Amino acid sequence: MSYPADIKYTKEHEWVRVESDTEVVIGITTYAADELGDVVFVELPEPGAKVVSQEQFGEIESVKAVSELYSPVTGTVIQRNEELSDAPEIVNDSAYEQGWMIKVEVADTSSLDELMSAEEYEQFLES
Amino acid sequence: MVPFGGWDMPVQYTGILDETRAVRNSVGIFDVSHMGRVVVKGTGAGEFLSCIFSTDVEKLAVGRAKYGVTCDQEGGIIDDNIVYRLSPMEYMLIPNAGNREAISSWLNRWLPNDDSVAIDDVSERTAMIAVQGPDSFQTLSALAESDLESVGPFRIVEMAICGQTMLVARTGYTGEDGFEIMPSTDVVLDVWDQLIQHGAIPCGLGARDVLRLEAGLLLHGNDMDQTINPYEAGLDKFVDANREAYIPGTTLREMRQMAPSRSLVGFTMVGRGIARHGYPITDGAEMIGTVTSGSVSPTLDKAIGLGYVRSGFTSEGTRLFIEIRGKKIEAEVTCLPFYLRSR
Repeated sequence: MSYPADIKYTKEHEWVRVESDTEVVIGITTYAADELGDVVFVELPEPGAKVVSQEQFGEIESVKAVSELYSPVTGTVIQRNEELSDAPEIVNDSAYEQGWMIKVEVADTSSLDELMSAEEYEQFLES
Repeated sequence: MVPFGGWDMPVQYTGILDETRAVRNSVGIFDVSHMGRVVVKGTGAGEFLSCIFSTDVEKLAVGRAKYGVTCDQEGGIIDDNIVYRLSPMEYMLIPNAGNREAISSWLNRWLPNDDSVAIDDVSERTAMIAVQGPDSFQTLSALAESDLESVGPFRIVEMAICGQTMLVARTGYTGEDGFEIMPSTDVVLDVWDQLIQHGAIPCGLGARDVLRLEAGLLLHGNDMDQTINPYEAGLDKFVDANREAYIPGTTLREMRQMAPSRSLVGFTMVGRGIARHGYPITDGAEMIGTVTSGSVSPTLDKAIGLGYVRSGFTSEGTRLFIEIRGKKIEAEVTCLPFYLRSR
């Protein structure tokens, strides 16, 4: 399994893509999506909601189990992926593109430096 | 892989939803070797087993199967089982994986101390594969050396599959037409591979759980246990308590007279969310019960579940609220089964 090099990863299996100096997109990794199996329900915060780094921002539920989603950043939600409400399986089919979850406005993106690169995430999964 | 009843079992092979659809639309196979296979034989076998099991198996014709429960003296459900009558003096009882020891000790406790009954647990020497779905007949026929028409619903016949003699039963746990076959352990891998070559899709525990829930079939350990009696679990029609020699008979006859304080109901989620085992059920204010099983149903495209509720909340259409991680989500009582195949 290969992980895109242009995004950052967390130990909780979320990914973050920097869109601009103050805007990031968040989703879950293919590893997480495969572990969950068929995703049937995703609950995401509404635009305007605050998210806090390493705190829960939503829930994802598969046929097997329910899991919490943890935010890799602190900021304000500016958009959420409304398509996931009717077609949550997109998370399984396209974890890094169509399966994105929320766009967040952040003060700056320097905190992302602490997150893992694709290579580091792969090593983390192997350990 | 997950631990299940002392075995390591696959939750899924390709995906729970795809596997569930395979069984509803074509044919799936399940390795159910974890379930026990206990042979009870001897001149007193039928009389003995009838004292234990919830129906009179002496009346069961040879080659037929019966579903029922095994209750303790207080009427609690030790296990639910299928009993097959293999010959006039030989029966086979199928305990759930996690209940093999409980069933074994219960049988041994009541075993007559003459040599009229012998118990032989053949679980480790044989395997069991469930072949389930509308195309199960076609797939298994390709490997069978006899006509499968001879195996009607809830019947069991010995025949050759892939050149090996084994028991073939027309039973299952999915709500579809299907078979359960019992090859010896040394040939089971070959049989499994040949079934796949003839179109069967391997299915894991996840799909099995969704399918049985859609079909309104209970899972022991989840939906019933030794603290629940068969009347609360809605299993009345599988219990013949009017038999003097039936060990829990007296207790069950008394229980039958009383309206149960709680009953198992099916429910469909109205709001968004999936009920899970252990979630509280309320009437909006007060707690009135507990969820015992819940899942999404790919066949019905709804979230469904089972749970026990207080009397007064059991009729179809009754509003319930499932407390899903702090939120009250609306649901309504639904008649079981959720899914009934067209015949």
